[in-house]
Amino acid sequence: MALQAIAFYLMAAVTVASGFCVVSARNPVHSVLWLILAFFSAAGLFVLMGAEFLAMLLVVVYVGAVAVLFLFVVMMLDVDFASLRQGFARYMPIGLLIAVFLAAEMVLVASTVATQGAAKHSPGPLASGSGNPLSNAEAIGRVLYTDYIYFFQAAGLVLLVAMIGAIVLTLRHKPGVKRQIVMNQVLRTPKTGMRVVNPKPGEGIDA
Amino acid sequence: MIIGLAHYLAVAAILFTIGVFGIFVNRKNIIVILMSIELMLLAVNINLVAFSVYLGNLTGQIFAMFVLTVAAAEAAVGLAILVTFFRNRGDIAVDDASMMKG
Repeated sequence: MALQAIAFYLMAAVTVASGFCVVSARNPVHSVLWLILAFFSAAGLFVLMGAEFLAMLLVVVYVGAVAVLFLFVVMMLDVDFASLRQGFARYMPIGLLIAVFLAAEMVLVASTVATQGAAKHSPGPLASGSGNPLSNAEAIGRVLYTDYIYFFQAAGLVLLVAMIGAIVLTLRHKPGVKRQIVMNQVLRTPKTGMRVVNPKPGEGIDA
Repeated sequence: MIIGLAHYLAVAAILFTIGVFGIFVNRKNIIVILMSIELMLLAVNINLVAFSVYLGNLTGQIFAMFVLTVAAAEAAVGLAILVTFFRNRGDIAVDDASMMKG
């Protein structure tokens, strides 16, 4: 139990600290790297709770896809990031004020819910392998592919639409670049591809 | 010291607050704003998983998966819009993005 507490406090501290570094780093590339660390330690928290499947999903989807996407975009855009930091000090006091109030409120609500709410008698997460025959991934699969199959399909549709949207937004045809159009090549006939001219002696053919 | 539901909820609350704070202080930098939104979604996911585990109900984890899906889609479309905007304007300052006011 002590080991669990140590692991929790370590990963919670790393998550919160790297989250703060994300919003306060001067260089957005550093922000992305801190974001990756935050995702990793949050995945550790998930493992600690016994949600191994979601932890792996977090590492694969967030660290492997979303964070790398951010990294690509940040490094691709040639932006003067120093000018974008203007106003950081100006909005700091009001931001801190609101943040402190918001955090206090939410922690109060959380502690009340945890001690008085529906989960107050919960024994806590079951340790993996102790009297629980189903692994976390197996249990999720049994629910996901039966009760939530339509939602699962809808999630796939959301991803498809997002993919098409991103491609349509960023696709660009440069004018002046010759492209192969197979249709035109196939439809080409001797009439369209050949021209018979009768040049006079001493004169060339203009085009 | 037993780590209970309240601990996880507190971590999620602090992380969410950091996300809100990040949107406040980085008002001009839309990339960091998008990252702050990702942080907030991560906090929501921690909440969902914590309740799912402590109530012994898997629905929360399923829902966290859907949140993950939507977050990925949102990041992809957001960054695509950002790239297009940068191509057209040569800059990504949020204050200048008032073209659509007409």
